[in-house]
Amino acid sequence: MSANPAASDEVLIARIAQGDRLAMQVLYGRHHVRVYRFGLRLVRDEQVAEDLISEVFVDVWRQAGKFEGRSAVSTWLLAITRFKALSALRKRKDAELDEEAAAAIEDPSDDPEVTAQKKDTGKVLRRCLAALTPDHREIIDLVYYHEKSVEEVAEIVGIPENTVKTRMFYARKKLAELLKAAGVERGWP
Amino acid sequence: MTALSKLPDMHPEEVEALLPWHAAGTLSARDARRVDEALSRDPGLARQYAVIQEEFAETIHLNESLGAPSSRAMQRLFAGIDAEPVRARSVSSTVSARVAEFFASLSPRTLAWSATAAAVVLLLQAGVIGAVLVRQGQGNFQSAAYEAQNDNGVRALVRFAPETRVADITQFLDSYNATILAGLKAGMFRVQFEKRMTKDEIASLMKKVEQEKIVSFVAPAQ
Repeated sequence: MSANPAASDEVLIARIAQGDRLAMQVLYGRHHVRVYRFGLRLVRDEQVAEDLISEVFVDVWRQAGKFEGRSAVSTWLLAITRFKALSALRKRKDAELDEEAAAAIEDPSDDPEVTAQKKDTGKVLRRCLAALTPDHREIIDLVYYHEKSVEEVAEIVGIPENTVKTRMFYARKKLAELLKAAGVERGWP
Repeated sequence: MTALSKLPDMHPEEVEALLPWHAAGTLSARDARRVDEALSRDPGLARQYAVIQEEFAETIHLNESLGAPSSRAMQRLFAGIDAEPVRARSVSSTVSARVAEFFASLSPRTLAWSATAAAVVLLLQAGVIGAVLVRQGQGNFQSAAYEAQNDNGVRALVRFAPETRVADITQFLDSYNATILAGLKAGMFRVQFEKRMTKDEIASLMKKVEQEKIVSFVAPAQ
């Protein structure tokens, strides 16, 4: 197998198209954690996220013969994950989602421990990252964690490249607002 | 005047918009240089970049803390695959899978040579590979670069003439009951003729192959 991971992924897809289960095991082993984490950040339910991975890779099994290699396999996987995650989200009630967003940054009390936690900027930042809307969460994750270029994000999310940059800007702006509400000033915007 | 200074300045808003990608290291070399130049000139932008680097680090921390799925997901996946109808393998898609694997297995230098060689030679390789892969039959995923340790055949180094057609190579391999083991430098291939031979028979085979119109060089190989 080539030392180039991207080329190896394409070879695996070609083998999967031929019904090679071992190739599917390798591809799954290589990508399932990132697919899970991307899905989990969108659906916020571990059970649903696990179900998602199975559905994503079954889709890969079925569609491998149609993969044309115009994007990286990892980009294709995340695009499928996103589609399935959004389908799962649509089935849930809006009220449930609003409650989750509020709970992500809710202060249960004002005791010394909470006060101390507020001073841990990293923890507060992570809580605020979790409180963003799905659109903003996904773009921040795709850029920072999944290391996707502007072009790749555009492909996964299905929006123009300029919209990708704008959306990232507003995601960061919203993050700054949430941080300010949580008592953290960062000097931007 | 350096090449860098000839690059047009980016609009400040363009630079700001690209800062997250710069933190993640996913900009093109050109854009990364432009952003670095802008950061070195603008302290305000540099402060914003420091904020972005913190977001980047915490996003990774957050995602890494999400854990991994249980084995249930994989079990469910393969249960789903087992429930799928059995796939009929097509020869052409088998060949394309193996072609992809062959090129993936080439070293960068060999690949670069392949890419810059004449189109006929490139087609030659693809066609030869296709012939070999088809000859190996279905269900066998050995790539053409697989070094078979087969003691039942004679190995030779063969170079085909540049104007040789794909069909001629396939016919050659068929007629000699031969397979390509590996693509080497400068259009040379390691070929195995699948039959044990005496020294005299080998010499006779080499002479015969040398006289083939499509062969420009042949020699016994180790």
